[in-house]
Amino acid sequence: MAKAKGAIVVDVERCKGCEVCVVNCPTDVIGMTEQVNTKGYHYAYMKYPENCTGCTNCAVVCPDGAITVYRVKPQ
Amino acid sequence: MIKEENLVYRRTPLMTDATLSYCPGCGHGTVHRLIMEVVEEMGIQQDTIGISPVGCAVLAYDFMDVDFSEAAHGRAPAVATGIKRLWPDKFVFTYQGDGDLAAIGTAETIHACNRGENICIFFINNGIYGMTGGQMAPTTLEGMKSSTTPYGRDAMKMGPPFKITELIAQLPGTHYVTRHAVHKAGLVRKAKKAIRKAFEIQQEKKGLAFIEFLSNCNSGWKMTPNDSNQWLEEHMYPFYPLGDIKVDGKLVKDVCKDLMQKSPVTT
Amino acid sequence: MKELALMKGNEAIAEAAILAGTDAYFGYPITPQSEVLEYLALQKPEERTGMVVLQAESELAAINMVYGAAGTGKRVMTSSSSPGISLMQEGISYIAGAELPCLIVNVVRGGPGLGTIQPSQADYFQATKGGGHGDYHLIVLAPASVQEMADFVDLAYELAFKYRNPAMILSDGLIGQMMEKVELPPQKPRTSEFDQSWVITGKRPDRERNIITSLNLDPELQYEHNLKLKEKYNRMSEDVMFESLHCDDAEFLLVAYGSSARICQKVVAVARGRGQRLGLLRPQTLFPFPTDELARLAGKVKGIMAVELSTGQMVEDVKLAVNGRVPVYHYGMPGGKVHSPDDVLEAVEENFIGG
Repeated sequence: MAKAKGAIVVDVERCKGCEVCVVNCPTDVIGMTEQVNTKGYHYAYMKYPENCTGCTNCAVVCPDGAITVYRVKPQ
Repeated sequence: MIKEENLVYRRTPLMTDATLSYCPGCGHGTVHRLIMEVVEEMGIQQDTIGISPVGCAVLAYDFMDVDFSEAAHGRAPAVATGIKRLWPDKFVFTYQGDGDLAAIGTAETIHACNRGENICIFFINNGIYGMTGGQMAPTTLEGMKSSTTPYGRDAMKMGPPFKITELIAQLPGTHYVTRHAVHKAGLVRKAKKAIRKAFEIQQEKKGLAFIEFLSNCNSGWKMTPNDSNQWLEEHMYPFYPLGDIKVDGKLVKDVCKDLMQKSPVTT
Repeated sequence: MKELALMKGNEAIAEAAILAGTDAYFGYPITPQSEVLEYLALQKPEERTGMVVLQAESELAAINMVYGAAGTGKRVMTSSSSPGISLMQEGISYIAGAELPCLIVNVVRGGPGLGTIQPSQADYFQATKGGGHGDYHLIVLAPASVQEMADFVDLAYELAFKYRNPAMILSDGLIGQMMEKVELPPQKPRTSEFDQSWVITGKRPDRERNIITSLNLDPELQYEHNLKLKEKYNRMSEDVMFESLHCDDAEFLLVAYGSSARICQKVVAVARGRGQRLGLLRPQTLFPFPTDELARLAGKVKGIMAVELSTGQMVEDVKLAVNGRVPVYHYGMPGGKVHSPDDVLEAVEENFIGG
């Protein structure tokens, strides 16, 4: 069975840069941007998108609900 | 990939668009969202009424899209009692912090639990008063520094930390008492199941469901969010162990022993 | 059909509460008002009308149960006596701030502190000037008979809902404990229809969520809220109620409410028998206070005396209304002692006739 493939979309303005998603990602997908959002926070992004399995761990621990997760299972 | 049919997780629409007033990494937001996810999944938005506390979560009604009543400090269980007695078929929950629930509102908490009010109490324990600037809470660990215990909590002077959850579990009115945390994905999923169970107990009119959530207060503890979550595991877990305390009206732990446990001294 | 009964004032309040279709009562025992909760418990109102009656763990819990229940838009009440009402002040302030209708009964006893369980009118300031923190007023009704104890329950609810404001029946240990004939009204149904625009029922799809709160972090919003409340308190003057006894030709005027007014009725009768032109103005609402009527009478009389069971509280409002046009005196016994008609007559002689 093929590995599920996923992607996350971060609501940049909602992200407060707490990095809790970073340590919760089992495949080390997430990094923090150099640039900041309008509130001055570095925000999460997919640094290694090819590793994302769409497991939703990052989204469920995000206190601000800033992460949306997509996943496709290869046919 | 980014298509509707591939969507596996999105922020529940029962959370409003308002930006949470909580500090980055604070567990409050996660617990808010979990409660709203359960309300969404059970389809009970039209029948749910929340009671917000005084403390960091005073503005909880700005974030959760259900009817709300804001209570005076510590009085949420009494406010919930008044509402529930007049709307016995609605879902009523309080959302309270440690100062609100376990210090100023101790009497209201204990008596609502003792009467077995058919409500859910969601209790956030972060061991500190967040909103007023990091003062000692009833749940502050021995030796733990706060702005009113700058040299650490001295149990001889200030009393030991207070395990109200183990206390109320012994009252006949509580049906389900459990302790959770929300800083790791697995824990979040377990916590959500507990919230669902709490609402179902209310639906079945079985009594009071009480969930304590251990949360970080990285601003108050003066750490980064991830460091504070690490600290939480190292220092709060030993004194406030996760897991069920009372299930189906029966104690599943030796709560008397737990209550007598001496707080580890943290620095 | 109206029913006649011989009842204590406290019992009359309780019976009237059931008859007024009260949805919930939350209370805590305290002398001299415990009969309210006791009577309700005995009457099984949950069977008579479905009314909820709950003994709370404290007055603090009771008033917060009222706060919660009042948010559902139904008729809810509590009762207590002075020290218990002090304990409720936090909740009352929140209720006023959140603009919730409810009924609070205070069967006043002597204070300050634990004081005495004997009757007093020393909670006038607390009742009429706010009582708790912040800029607010209660609607305050002052019954002078067991009949009015019963009648004012429904009236208090009507006013509370009209203004979305807490209403207080300010009684005292004398009226509460006294037995009198009372004509009871017919049973009203419990609240079946209510204004859903602001109450918490659970969020309906056709509206935004309703929030009961007294919090306005933005000072601009709190400023506007305070002005709105002030406008409401001003508007309440249209519901001022008072009773005039021989005021039309009075040379001297007594102002008294509640049990003190009962005593003053006798004083007026005796004085009139002696040919003295004494009148009595009896405020039935203490907030709104009959300021205009007093101002009008101040232009006709030579002197006014406030007679109250305290060292002088209502007298300040009388002075404000009279605004220096005629001398204003105070007479009254504090501390649980009750003045007799002769005591008041003596003060009348001293201040008015001999003065």
